[in-house]
Amino acid sequence: MKYYDKLIFELSKQGRTGYSLPQTCSKCKGTEAIPAGLLRSKAPELPQVSEVDVVRHYTNLSQMNFGVDTGFYPLGSCTMKYNPKINEEIAAMPAFGGDAIYKGIDSALAAITGMKHFTFKPCAGAHGELTGLMIIREYHMSRGDTKRTRIIVPDSAHGTNPASAAVCGLDVVVVKSNVNGLVDVEDLKPLLDDTIAGIMMTNPNTLGLFEKDIRQIADLVHAAGGLLYYDGANMNPLIGTVRPGDMGFDVMHLNLHKSFSTPHGGGGPGSGPVGVCDKLVPFLGVNVSGFNGNFGVILRAYAYILMLGRQNVKLCGKLATLGANYIKESLKDCYKLPIPTVCKHEFVFDGLINDGARDGKEGAATLDVAKRLLDFGFHAPTIYFPLLFHQAIMIEPTETESKETLDEFIDVMRKIAAEAAQDPDILHGAPHNTPISRPDETTAARNPILKYWDACAC
Amino acid sequence: MAGFQYFPHTDSDIRAMLDRIGVKSLDDLYADVPQDCLYKGEYDLPDAMTEQQVRDFFEGLAAKNPKLKVFAGAGAYDHYTPAVIPYITQRSEFITAYTPYQCEISQGTLRYIFEYQSMICTLTGMDVSNASMYDGPTAAAESMRMMVAQAKKKNTVLVSNTLLPQVRGVIATYAKYAGITIKEIAQDNGQTSKASLEKLIAQGDVAGAIVPSVNRFGIIENLEGMADALHADKALLTVYCDPSALAVVKTPAEWGADVAVGDGQPLGIPLCYGGPYVGFMACKQDYMRKLPGRIVGQTTDKEGRRAFVLTLQAREQHIRREKATSNICSNESLMALWVTVYLSLMGPEGMKQVNDLCYQRAHYLYDKLLATGQFEPVFKDATFLKEFVIKSKAPAAQVQKKLADAGFFGALETEDGYVSFCVTEKRSYADIDELVKAL
Repeated sequence: MKYYDKLIFELSKQGRTGYSLPQTCSKCKGTEAIPAGLLRSKAPELPQVSEVDVVRHYTNLSQMNFGVDTGFYPLGSCTMKYNPKINEEIAAMPAFGGDAIYKGIDSALAAITGMKHFTFKPCAGAHGELTGLMIIREYHMSRGDTKRTRIIVPDSAHGTNPASAAVCGLDVVVVKSNVNGLVDVEDLKPLLDDTIAGIMMTNPNTLGLFEKDIRQIADLVHAAGGLLYYDGANMNPLIGTVRPGDMGFDVMHLNLHKSFSTPHGGGGPGSGPVGVCDKLVPFLGVNVSGFNGNFGVILRAYAYILMLGRQNVKLCGKLATLGANYIKESLKDCYKLPIPTVCKHEFVFDGLINDGARDGKEGAATLDVAKRLLDFGFHAPTIYFPLLFHQAIMIEPTETESKETLDEFIDVMRKIAAEAAQDPDILHGAPHNTPISRPDETTAARNPILKYWDACAC
Repeated sequence: MAGFQYFPHTDSDIRAMLDRIGVKSLDDLYADVPQDCLYKGEYDLPDAMTEQQVRDFFEGLAAKNPKLKVFAGAGAYDHYTPAVIPYITQRSEFITAYTPYQCEISQGTLRYIFEYQSMICTLTGMDVSNASMYDGPTAAAESMRMMVAQAKKKNTVLVSNTLLPQVRGVIATYAKYAGITIKEIAQDNGQTSKASLEKLIAQGDVAGAIVPSVNRFGIIENLEGMADALHADKALLTVYCDPSALAVVKTPAEWGADVAVGDGQPLGIPLCYGGPYVGFMACKQDYMRKLPGRIVGQTTDKEGRRAFVLTLQAREQHIRREKATSNICSNESLMALWVTVYLSLMGPEGMKQVNDLCYQRAHYLYDKLLATGQFEPVFKDATFLKEFVIKSKAPAAQVQKKLADAGFFGALETEDGYVSFCVTEKRSYADIDELVKAL
C-alpha cells in the first residue's frame, strides 16, 4: 500500500471527456426546450477527466485499501470470510428472472435455520432487524394485543439492536449478563409482563458464548406472550450444527454478507433476509424497500450455498469455532481472557496482561494493539466492543483461514505483547507502515470538511 | 475428510488445533449446547455442486429469460453503464474491504466516499451528504424521521401523491411503527397541488413535506413557493429526485429545500431485478448532526498529510444505541463507488448530453404513439423529461403483451390507469420505430 494524494476533482481540466454517447439530434429540441424556471442555473461542478484518468485514479485509491483478498480480518461479529469468485461471475450475468432464485434460496435458508419462509426485501442486517421487529409488532397488533411496545435487549447486544427497536417505535428494556457472560435468567424473569413484545437475542452472543439457557428463556418469553428475535449476525458458528428455529426463535435475520460469503463492499451492499416461523408467515409482506431487495447479493449467497451443499454445510460452523478456540488458547497467556470457557466463532480479550505501564509511562491500550497489527499486514480485530469490558478485543477468524494464517497472526499478537511489555511507545506510535499514520479525528469532527469545496478556497 | 476449496484445513491441521485447545473432537466444541438444540438430521439441501455445475445451473436459468429492450422507468432507469465502472468496482481491494473503521488501511474507500459526498452535494445544491443509504425509498423514509426529530413536538409529514408508489409505500411502513402521521398532498393536473399543501399546513402539526422533483408521471414539477409555505410554519421540505435529471433541472437547494433524497441507480447502475441500488441523502448545514448514516470527513494525519476518516459518529448506532439518529449500519458503499466513477466519466457535459438524448427520444416516442391513434394525452401542458404517461385505448396488459412479443418491455400501468413509457439514451430511433410498429 502506498500513499496517493489526489482527489478526482483535482485532475479536472475544462473540455476533457470520459464518456462515449450517441450524437444528439441537431434538428430537434433538447433540454433547452424546458421552461427556464425549471432548469438549474449553472451546471454541476463535476470533474472533467479522461477515461484513463479515471482508471488510474481509482486504481491508485484501491491500493490504499485492505480487503479479504489482501489478508486476514480477525474482525469480531463481522464474519469476514473469503468471498468466492464464482459468486461474482454469477452476479455479473445478465439480469434474469428472480422467482426461481428466490424460491431456491428461501428453501435452502429454511433448511439451514429451521424457519419456515424468508423475505428478501431488507438490504442489510440492521434493516433486517427493523423488518423482523415490525413483523413482531404486526403479529401482536393483529391479535388486538396493542400494549406490547417494549422489547428486551441484553446489555451485550450489537448497537443496531436497540437502535432498530427505537426506529420501530419500541422502548428498550435492558437485561443484564451474569458473571459467565450469559443472559441472567433471574434478571429476565421480573421483566416479563404483558407489555413485552419480545426479546432480541444473539446466540452465540457477542462474547462468542452459547446462551445455553436459551430453551428456558424461550419458554419464559413465550409463556409471557412475547416472541423471540434471533440476531443472525453471529449465525456462522451454528451453520450445519444448530438451527435457530429449534432453539425456539420465532423471527430472525441473516447477514448474507457475513455468514453466506458475499463481499462486504467497503460497507455494503449487504442483504438481511428475515425468516419467520409458521405462525408469522402471514406478516412477511412488510414493505421496507423499493423493489425486491439486493438481488445481486442474494444471487451470490445462493451460489455459495450450492457450492457448500448438504455435504460441506456441516463443517462450516465447526471449523469457524475451531479457529476461534485455537487463537484463544494460543494467546491467553499474553492477553486477559475474562471468560475462559469454550467459545464459538469469536471471543473477547480484555486488553494486554502486561501493557508496559511504568514510571509514569502510559501502557499500551487495546487501540494501540489494533493499530500495531496493521503494521504486520493484518486487519485489526473489533475493539472496545462489547461494552462489558473496557479494553475489549473481539476476535473472529472464520472457517476460511488456514492454520498457517492463524499461526502467523498468533505470532504477531505475541510479538506485539512483547513489544508492549518492553516499550509501549512502539505501539503508541503505530501504525508506522501504512499509507497514513493516525489521523486527527477530533479536528475532523470539530471543523467538518465533508465535501471537496469545504477545504479549498474555490 | 474430502477437501472443499473454501476450507483450508487438512486432517492433521484439525488434529493439531484440537490438541492445542485440549478437546478430542469438533463436536466437543459444542458440548455446552443442550442436546435438544443440536440439529442431528440431514440438512435438506442439494448435493454440493462443482463450480462448473453452479455455472451451468445459473446459465440455464438465465437462458429461460427473454431479453427485452426496456422502455419502462417507474423508479429504475436503463441508462448506459460504461465499461470502466464494473472493471473498477470489481477490484478486490474495493469489493472485499470492510467498512472503513481502520482508516489507516481504508483510505481508498474513504476517499471515494468523500468524492461521492461532494458529487451528491453539487448535484443537489445541498451542503452535506452522507455516505449512502439502502435505496431511494428508505432514504425518503429516513428524511421523514429526520424532519420529525428536528421539529421536536410536531408529528405529521405530508407526502405528495405524485411520488412513486414504492416511495410512498416505504414511507408509510416506517411511519406506521414510529407513530408518525402521514397525510397525502393531492395532485393537480399531474403535479403536487400547492393548494392542497397549504391546506394541510393550515391543519397544523406539520413537521415537513416530501415532494418529487421529477415525479412518477415523468413531469418536472414546479415547486415554487412550497419551501416558503413550509418554512413559515417551521416545517421542512424534502425533495425526492432523479439524480441524473438533476444535471439539468432545478436543484432541491434552488427550490429552497432542506433535505434532498433519491435513488442513485440512474447514475450508471444497471437494472438488476431491483438491486443493489443506492439511496442518497443530503441536507443543509443546519441539519448536519441530524443526518443518519456514515459521513466521511477530511483531516490530517500525524505527519500533516491529507487523510480521511468516518466522522460525526456521535449520531450513530454503535455509539448512541437506542438514541442514534437511525439504526443504519452497512449501507451501499460499493454502489456509491459505481455512482462516483460514473459521474467522473460523464462530467457536466456528459450528464447534459444524456439528458438531451433522453428528452429528444422520449418526445419522439410520445409524438409517434399519439400519431397511432391508439393513445391519448393525459397532462398536455406539463413538461416531461424521459418518462411520460398516456391513456391507452386498449387494456395495458394487451399492449404489454404485444410489446413483449416484439422484444420490448414497456407500457407499465400506473395506479391511475394510465400507461407509462420511458426512453433513455440506450434506445435508438430505430428501436422506437420498431416498438411503434409492433403496436
